[in-house]
Amino acid sequence: MRTVRRRLAEARKFFQLLLTHRMGVMGLSVFALFAIIALFAPFLHTVDPSRTGVVENILIPPNSQFWLGTDDLGRDIWSQVIYSSRISLLIGFLAAALTIFVGSLVGLVAGFYGGKIEEVLMRVTDFFMMLPQLPLMIVLAAVLGPNIWNIIFVVSIVSWPAAARVIRSQVLSLKERAFVEASRCIGASDSSLIFGEIMPNVVPLMFAEAVLVVTEAVYAEAILSFLGLGDPTTISWGMMLHFAFESGVMVKASWWVVPPIVAIIVLILGFTFLGTAVSDVLKPGYKEARGL
Amino acid sequence: MALRGFAGFAIRKVLGAITTIFAIICLNFFIFRMLPGDPVRMMYRDPRVSAEQMQLMTEKFGLDKPLWEQFLSYLRELFQGNLGMSFWQKRAVLEVIADRIPQTLLLVVVALAIAVVLGILLGAIAGWKSGTRLDSFILTASLTMYSIPAFALGIILMLVFAFQLSIFPLGGISTPASGLIGFGYWKDVLWHIFLPVISIVFWYIGEYVLLTRSSMMDVLDQDYIVMARAKGLKESAILRNHALRNALLPVITITGVNLGFAVAGIIEVETVFSWPGIGRLVYDAVMKRDYPLLQGTFLVFAVAVVLANLVIDLIYGYIDPRIKVGKTE
Repeated sequence: MRTVRRRLAEARKFFQLLLTHRMGVMGLSVFALFAIIALFAPFLHTVDPSRTGVVENILIPPNSQFWLGTDDLGRDIWSQVIYSSRISLLIGFLAAALTIFVGSLVGLVAGFYGGKIEEVLMRVTDFFMMLPQLPLMIVLAAVLGPNIWNIIFVVSIVSWPAAARVIRSQVLSLKERAFVEASRCIGASDSSLIFGEIMPNVVPLMFAEAVLVVTEAVYAEAILSFLGLGDPTTISWGMMLHFAFESGVMVKASWWVVPPIVAIIVLILGFTFLGTAVSDVLKPGYKEARGL
Repeated sequence: MALRGFAGFAIRKVLGAITTIFAIICLNFFIFRMLPGDPVRMMYRDPRVSAEQMQLMTEKFGLDKPLWEQFLSYLRELFQGNLGMSFWQKRAVLEVIADRIPQTLLLVVVALAIAVVLGILLGAIAGWKSGTRLDSFILTASLTMYSIPAFALGIILMLVFAFQLSIFPLGGISTPASGLIGFGYWKDVLWHIFLPVISIVFWYIGEYVLLTRSSMMDVLDQDYIVMARAKGLKESAILRNHALRNALLPVITITGVNLGFAVAGIIEVETVFSWPGIGRLVYDAVMKRDYPLLQGTFLVFAVAVVLANLVIDLIYGYIDPRIKVGKTE
């Protein structure tokens, strides 16, 4: 109980520090904005986003009824953009969770045990890091079939090696520390050393990596959908761009492509800023440099 | 250790690259075995093909044999340069890809050259002036540029400069049936390459700025810079002769690591601007569900990245004396 309270206090201090960083504030605001949009999408949309309109409603520029106009099937752009934020955040968070789970496990085990286990795990990690990410995602998505679970899986496949590397190098220095030695001396098992002593100290690092994976996942969903590998049954920014691109009238209907592009850029930018802020705050000496 | 010095280093690196390429070949084979359904059925998406004909094709392609035998014959074919037939183009995959290589190289080389020069310059300035307003401006700008996916920027540039303002063409590598030759043709290509290059450069620059900046900041903390300052050398001389040279070494290695990443920009931009390179081929293969072609493009990209990394490692090992004598990695 006491440790839980201490961890919570640490987390609160961390977020307070994050709020002293300009990019941290910007990143958290963007996240809050999209989280609200995603949560309240049913109240914010004006027309059912998947309802195809009547012929007169095809490709009309923004007006009072269709705030951002309509696409070539007469679907409302505003409502589609609103609903898409759900898919992007869902894919972003689930991919980050899966990536951090796999990456941490590999990093913790490799760093803690060392020797042959480490060598094999790190060889595999390096191999995956060497592969060109987008082509690998495209090939896997094409083979596995278009749905959001496969996109989450594919993002994790290309993202876990970076997380594993970062966490392993942290574990290498942590396992030599006195508190780990002390627990080992009183006969703690390997698993309690890994998960009880070392892991709590890499949680901030895992968080920093997770923020980066969210940006990668949002980007991956957008580009894979744009390239025709998205889930055709869901609405997403990437799918909107794909339909616009394939329709052949994209350049004449700027209201159709600009909103999803702006949404993608703002969300990725927000999480990039947040990631920069998190890694700055985690650097030793941040507080002192800020005079806090 | 039997082999010391650069020769030993080079041999280890080459062997490492060969192992990686072999692993890529295995991965490529097995990923495409995960495809649901019968490959023969997929090739002839035609219900009129009879069961006997299908059986014949299955035997012809060796699909009735055990998996390891199929893998061996895949390897054998691969070494003879046979990457299979493209469903869509009805030509050998290798031939289809080879036709596209020059156009992709042109785009990559031009974009990379501009991005490296501008990125290193801006990054060096930011690192040199770290903590100032100029630095934080360059840093924020690069993070922003780096966050904008190349395809998104490409679409915006296309809307504004190609459609609204009609300054640049909507896509392609040259004006179709223009009959231009020589200088006129290259001017036409330059006009077509402009927007695709900007879209890629914009994305790459951010990365080089961030890399050079942090590398520069590390170098400036070193004792030899303090020494140079103590000797009373001019700031510009320190920057040119002492700081920048050393700061560039890590930038070179990380360029290799990030090449796999750089491929993404090519696929995105070639798709948006219908640039007839391998990147656009990936998109066409996806849209046509042409799996042999997709498999071929993946192999080409992955092997190209490994080879480029090998070259960079070797150059780096040659430049940096510590690698020749000391431990590797």
